[in-house]
Amino acid sequence: MSRELFKFKGGVHPPGHKEESTGRPIHAAPLPKKLVIPLHQHIGQTAKPIVDVGDRVLKGQMIAAASGTVSAAVHASSSGIVRAIDMQPVPHISGLPDLCITIETDGRDEWIAHAPLDYQAMTPAELRVQLRDLGLVGLGGAVFPSATKLDPGAAYPCPTLIINGGECEPWITCDDVLMRTHADEILQGVAVMRHLLGSTETLVGIEDNKPEAIAAMQAAAAKMDFAVEVVSVPTIYPGGGAKQLAEVLTGKQVPSGKRSTDVGLQVFNVGTAYALARAVHHGEPLISRLVTVTGHVVRPQNIEVLIGTPFDTLIQLAGDLEHSTGVLMGGPMMGMPVPNLDVPVVKATNCILVKSAELFPPLPRALPCIRCTRCADACPAALQPQELFRFAKAGDFGRAQEYHLFDCIECGCCSYVCPSHIPLVDFYRYAKSEIWAHEKDKQASDLARERHEFRLFRQEREKAEKAEKLAAKAQAKRAELAAAPADKAEPGSATPSEADAKKALIAAALARAQAKKAEAAPKNTDNLSPDTQLEIAEIEARRAKIREQARQPLESKEKT
Amino acid sequence: MFTAILVMVGIAVVTGLVLGWSAIRFKVEGNPLAEKIDAILPQTQCGQCGFPGCRPYAEAIAKGEADINQCPPGGEEGVKKLADLLGVEPKSLDETHGTPKPKSVAFIDEQTCIGCTLCIQACPVDAIAGAAKQMHTIIAAECTGCELCLPPCPVDCISMVPIAEDLPHWKWKHPVIELKRVA
Repeated sequence: MSRELFKFKGGVHPPGHKEESTGRPIHAAPLPKKLVIPLHQHIGQTAKPIVDVGDRVLKGQMIAAASGTVSAAVHASSSGIVRAIDMQPVPHISGLPDLCITIETDGRDEWIAHAPLDYQAMTPAELRVQLRDLGLVGLGGAVFPSATKLDPGAAYPCPTLIINGGECEPWITCDDVLMRTHADEILQGVAVMRHLLGSTETLVGIEDNKPEAIAAMQAAAAKMDFAVEVVSVPTIYPGGGAKQLAEVLTGKQVPSGKRSTDVGLQVFNVGTAYALARAVHHGEPLISRLVTVTGHVVRPQNIEVLIGTPFDTLIQLAGDLEHSTGVLMGGPMMGMPVPNLDVPVVKATNCILVKSAELFPPLPRALPCIRCTRCADACPAALQPQELFRFAKAGDFGRAQEYHLFDCIECGCCSYVCPSHIPLVDFYRYAKSEIWAHEKDKQASDLARERHEFRLFRQEREKAEKAEKLAAKAQAKRAELAAAPADKAEPGSATPSEADAKKALIAAALARAQAKKAEAAPKNTDNLSPDTQLEIAEIEARRAKIREQARQPLESKEKT
Repeated sequence: MFTAILVMVGIAVVTGLVLGWSAIRFKVEGNPLAEKIDAILPQTQCGQCGFPGCRPYAEAIAKGEADINQCPPGGEEGVKKLADLLGVEPKSLDETHGTPKPKSVAFIDEQTCIGCTLCIQACPVDAIAGAAKQMHTIIAAECTGCELCLPPCPVDCISMVPIAEDLPHWKWKHPVIELKRVA
């Protein structure tokens, strides 16, 4: 522990509540009858379904392919029959549905053929495509596609690789338990990351409230053929935030609006490293993850869960209790309330936290902001939360952006310390989504303006083209006629008058029309039976008669 | 005295030349105020303001020939922005030009469509795909919801469908905080 550590600004010390769920061994959740697998489990574009309703799929089979540069594939978590590809409820605060594939499991849990990847023989680009197709995303919470993150680009050398075992959020212990039990595999995944990024320095940051995890990781690091420094960092929330951990370990701050690769860093969660090792050394896609089920349950514990398993199955497995007051996906600081327990576990689900009135007493009613700036002291992003609150509340989003609203990591420290119990983060989320919506509207209106202007331009162009064509045609005709009668009517007037030309033009057009009419013989008249031919002849005769009759009164009228 | 006149005339000539040259060199194409107004307008191109499109309306406002409260799709918020830009008092929307409606896109009932192309000719943003005697369909991503395709349709097969809230379009609502009564 010789490494010099730095401190980031702000932070809070909420009660940890970690020991509740670390005492029990990892359980595997039973195979559910039905798996509902959302197609948008990552940041970026929704994966495109590549199976049909009624298809039989195997465990680990790709059921939706990545589309676009920032995307990841989605796989069947067990074998069975695809029963539906439709909108199903997903874990989201709005309770709105999203596109999901529903698989009715057959209980056989039959794997598709899969083999380890020889990553050292592959080019980095090939390997990244493989990882994207194995559905690898960051499991720390942001679910950013790992393949994109493992491509720093030639312009950004990434000498320092940081593995995030901070897990600063109270109640959650899935990373802690994973490090205790699978330290070797985590570091195998780290080796692949080093290979892809070309990093020379590897740091593993673990908060000092997890001594067993630190010991396990240090033991595993000693066995590796490259230098891995396992660093114990002081426990402070949000010390497990990517930017905060990077600052504690290296002293480097990521400037506003920049990414960590801009300062030569890349940060990955331990869960991502483990999933990467499973993908490379076993060829397994990301179809399961560790989920901490804790809070108001009989047996708080960590469960190995197939993606697509419903929340309520897991809560029942941990022993549900009466008088729960709601469920959070994630921890108490950054977690999202889930209105419906029928939703599936997704790649982002690290914790299912069941609330009760004793564990999470309802907040007292909010009081007005007294501008005490305790939030500013606690803010790890060095922002002015009281000002952001004022602007967001007033709808002055431009000013909020000037005060670096988008540097807010929504960690909830400000809401935690606020003596007036104002839900500050809710205001920042509101302001951010309003700004994004505005941006989208602006793009749509720019597109509409562009298309409308092009339409006006096109109409003008078509009009001009038509006029030009007509003029050219008329010119050609006139020249032709001027040449023709000149040959024929040589002895008469040498140059035909304008009226004659016009008459000739009309006559020519008439002749053309008549020729066309004569050409258009009635269809279906060959190979007719004599009867039908007779019938047609009769009809024709009747028509001729009628035509004759129609003409007569006209003629007689003209005569009188 | 003569020198003074010479100097003054000299200055006048030089400044005149500079001004004349800059008038040509830095000539502004179009009306910059109309541009700014046009950027605020929602670009629905619906014509409810009484002008054939957003751009003509913007030019009319810039010239002072039209009021700022004639754009129902822009809503009260749009009027407020125009008032801020032009330094005038915001007013409520003029009801004679229509009332704001929820954002919608047109939808063609493909069973009823006869392929007459009248809606294609009416669409101000070319958001309808189709050809004579072929089925038509709306390119929903490009439809501005202007409703200009509704009147020309001879078989009334076009309807306006309000955009339903889905996950990609979901927004965080303004938090409602109950304040404690202290008095």
